[in-house]
Formats: sequence, C-alpha cells, structure tokens
Amino acid sequence: MKPGFVVRVSGGVDRRGWLGPLLMTPTVVLLGGFLAYPLVLGVWLGFKDSTIGSPGVFVGLENYQYLLTDPVFRVTAFNTALYTGVTVVFKLALGLWLAILLNQKFAGYRFWRSVLLLPYIVPTVLSAFAWWWILDPSFSFINWSLLRLGILDRGINFLGDAWPARWSLIVANIWRGIPFFTVGYLAGLAAIPKDLYEAAEIDGASKWQQFWSITWVLLIPLTTILTVFSTIFTFTDFQLIWTITRGGPANATHLFVTLAYQRAIPGGSMSEGAAIAGFTLPLLLILAWAALRALRRQT
Amino acid sequence: MTARRWLTLYVPLGAFVVFLLFPFYWMLLTSLKPNNELVSVTANPFIVVNPTLEHIRYLLTQTRYPRWFWNTMFVSVGATVVSVAASYLAAYAIARVRFRGDETIGIGIYMAYLIPPAILFIPLADILLKLGMFNRLWSLIPVYTTFLIPFSTWLLIGYLKTIPKELEEAAYVDGAGRLRIMTTIVLPLSVPGLISAVIFCFTLSWNEYLYALVFMSSPELKTVPVGLATELVRGDLYQWGPLMAGALLGCLPVVILYFFFVEYYVAGLSGALKD
Repeated sequence: MKPGFVVRVSGGVDRRGWLGPLLMTPTVVLLGGFLAYPLVLGVWLGFKDSTIGSPGVFVGLENYQYLLTDPVFRVTAFNTALYTGVTVVFKLALGLWLAILLNQKFAGYRFWRSVLLLPYIVPTVLSAFAWWWILDPSFSFINWSLLRLGILDRGINFLGDAWPARWSLIVANIWRGIPFFTVGYLAGLAAIPKDLYEAAEIDGASKWQQFWSITWVLLIPLTTILTVFSTIFTFTDFQLIWTITRGGPANATHLFVTLAYQRAIPGGSMSEGAAIAGFTLPLLLILAWAALRALRRQT
Repeated sequence: MTARRWLTLYVPLGAFVVFLLFPFYWMLLTSLKPNNELVSVTANPFIVVNPTLEHIRYLLTQTRYPRWFWNTMFVSVGATVVSVAASYLAAYAIARVRFRGDETIGIGIYMAYLIPPAILFIPLADILLKLGMFNRLWSLIPVYTTFLIPFSTWLLIGYLKTIPKELEEAAYVDGAGRLRIMTTIVLPLSVPGLISAVIFCFTLSWNEYLYALVFMSSPELKTVPVGLATELVRGDLYQWGPLMAGALLGCLPVVILYFFFVEYYVAGLSGALKD
C-alpha cells in the first residue's frame, strides 16, 4: 500500500469523527456480546426458575427469598465474609511487611524479589493441588511433625472438619495473595522521597514512628486501591475452594461462587445459581465505585 | 548493628521464603517420590530416598496431559493475540482520539475489569449452548477476551499516556494522517507496554479455570488445570505423584515467561494500579 493512500483514507475517517468509534469496534463487540449481554441475562435469570433444558418463567424475588431461608446459603454468606475479612487483613499486613523487607538492599535482593512473587504468578488450581496434598489428613507433614514432636496425640483432620477446613483455606488464600500486595507496595515505596526519612531521622523519630507517620500515611491511597481489588477477587474466589474442599465437608466451606456453581452446573438449577451470584452484585458495585474514587484521587 | 539487621531483615525474610516457597518444594518432592515412600507413615516426609521419574512418564504417556497442555497453549495464545490487538486499538482511541462518549466508554471498560467471571459463567453457559459454541475449544478465546481486554486496555492507556503527544503533533503538522502516525510513530514506542500486556494476557489465560471447567466437557478438549482436576483426581491415593508432576509442569510456561520479563511484569502491574 502506498503511504499517500493511507494518509488520504485516514484523513477522511478522522474528519468525520469516525476514527474513535472505529477503533473501539472490536472491543465493544466482544465485551458487548460476551460480557454486557450475559451480565444482563444473568440478572434476569435470577428472577426466573430456569433449569438446564427448561427456559422457565418469571418468578420475581422467589429465588432470593428462598435463599435467605436456606441454611446452606446462610453458612455460605458467613464463610464469604469470614474468608474475605480475615484473608484481606493478613494479605495486606504481610504483603506490606514483605515489601518493606524487599525494598532494602541486601545480597541477592533482585533474585528474592522475583522468586517471592511466584505464588501469585502460577495457576491457582495447580498450587491448590499442592495445598490439598499438604493438608491430606493421613500424609500431611504438619501432622507428622506435630506427632513426632509430641505436641498432638492424633493428627488434625484439616479438611474433614468444618473449622479446620475453613482455616486451611484461609491460610492457602493468604499464601497466594501476599505477593499481590507486595508488588503494589514495592511500587508505592519506590515513589516515597528518601529525604523525608532523612529529615525524620534528624528530628529523632524512631523507625517505628517513621513507618506510621511517613510510609503508612503516604501509602493510604494505594492501600485503598489494593484492598478494594483484593476484596473483589477474594469474595468471588472459586478456584482455591473448589480444588481443595469442593465446598465440603457437608457444605461447610462454600463461598458464593462455589455454591452458585454447584447449584447451577452439576445441580442444573441455573436460576438459583444466578441468584446466588446476584447477591454479590451490590457489594461489587459499591467496591468498584470506591476503587474508581480512590484512583481518581490518586491521579 | 548486624544482630539488629538479622532480627529485622534476615529472620523475617527467611520465614517468608519458607512459607511462600514450601508448596513448590512439596510439588517437586512429591513428583519425584516413588509410591511406597508417598504412602509411608513412618518415613521422613521432607526427603526423597529413591527419586523416580515414573510419575512424569505416567503423566506424559498414560494420560491426555500433552493434549491438555497444547489445548491451554492454543487458547492462551489465541486469546492473547485477539485481546492485545483489540485493546491496543481501544486504548489508542481512549487516550488519543476525542470522540463522543469516550469518557463513558473508559469508565465502562474499567467497570468491566471488576466484573468477575463468577457472575458471568451461568448466563454465558446458556448463550454458548444456544450458539452451538459449547464444548468447542476455540469458543474459549472470545470468552477469555472478556477479562483480558479490560485489563490490558487499562494497562495500555496508562502506557500511552507516557508517550509525549508532541511527537504525534509534529508528524501531523508534517501532513501525516492519523493511521500513519499510529502505525509508524506510536506503535514502535508502545512495544514495552505491549510486552507487558502480552505477558499478563497469557498468564491470566493460562490460569483460567472456571470457564474451561464449565464449557469444555470432552476429556480431549480440557485445559491443564481442568484436566488434572477432573481426570486425575478420582480419590485414588496413587495419583498424587502424577498430579504433582502435572501441576509442576503446568506452572512452567508462566514461570519461564515471568522470569524472562520480570521487569515488565512488575512495571505493568504497578502501572495498571496507578492509572
């Protein structure tokens, strides 16, 4: 193609203001067809009684009303709050701590920076297999060690009892999520001017005081963003739970999404699954709005 | 001073190293342990006495693992190419071209990034069934673009904003058209941003689980995580070796990519968080 031709065509496109919409077309078609439309359809499905193979009819809020009385759903809502609340706090604290450690210069710091982010890079399901095997009641090295050291008489049934299973999943999620905060905080720490610390040093502030009145204060906007993102990804988690416990034992460790999957796909109650997923929407909207505000304030 | 440095740096860092890397050691150890050592309750679980490649051989010859691996590769590469191309065009339009509704579309794409697959998989299953796209490997490509495009568009907008506008304005004054400016001036300067976008899209596709689990039902169409979870997990004790070998091999492509481009990875993630 001759360059002159390109100029003429693009000039024409540009003059009529078509270039923007033209460039947006592939994105709008893909996101419209496979994201916006299913989103609307999903909300609509939640108000029907569809099953796999039957389109169903409009039933209003029946699915939602039923779910609120369903004990399994109530446990699921509790689990989701517990799982998200506990893991986000620990991921934030440990992720920030690790970022501060890795922000210092020591032999091989570049190497450790890259290696310690691995839990976040590798596929969740694949690392979850490792956790599943680590938590196996008969062959867990944790039980082996505790029994050897004489701390316990019999092994913990990590995935067979409700509370040990919940805590096990929480630990596995924290393991995976720490590096997300660490990467974010490493970028944030690099942006803090060094002379602030020097000035504080001269004024006689301790390391601890410097952390709270310089580092922490300057990282608050970034913390908001990281927390919102992490909360969204955590309370809609599926992979870790479904791989390690499948919501068991006896439906004690379901989160919204694993329960939605179980009811909709193997169970066939599409509408019930859609309604469970629908419960996450209001919280999601609030968080998305909060993140947008935090992003705007930062820039 | 040194004692203090040990206490505040090396000891906690060592604890993080052990906690964060132990599961990888456990994968490697398990995939090399013969079955009699795996199920032994008396042997020291932290070491392997007689390492074996039997599990890896079993995985590669007695299961469909090689097939799942190529399926994952096909879908990840396809979804990455489509998504990065579409999002580059969209990012250029939002960052550089004024058009009606550009603000709304920018916010829309941001919101799209925060909509998790969890909300979409049930209605999408319904749609794919009706379109005859169920249980077809290529149908995962347009589905994956729903989470790849928002993220990489966001990342690329941030990157494009760092390229000075003066370059383009100078070319415009010289009589170059928009498309020509885009392909000969902006595109070459965008290469680092595009590399970040490619790495992220590939990694996110390789890690995807829910859609592949719901939409692919034939064993020969599964991806690595789904294949391992559904074909190798049958409550049978003796599958642990091949399962861990499969998990370890399945991590390799993203880990290799990550180590080659670690700077782009970190820059991309922090860039996307800022803008």
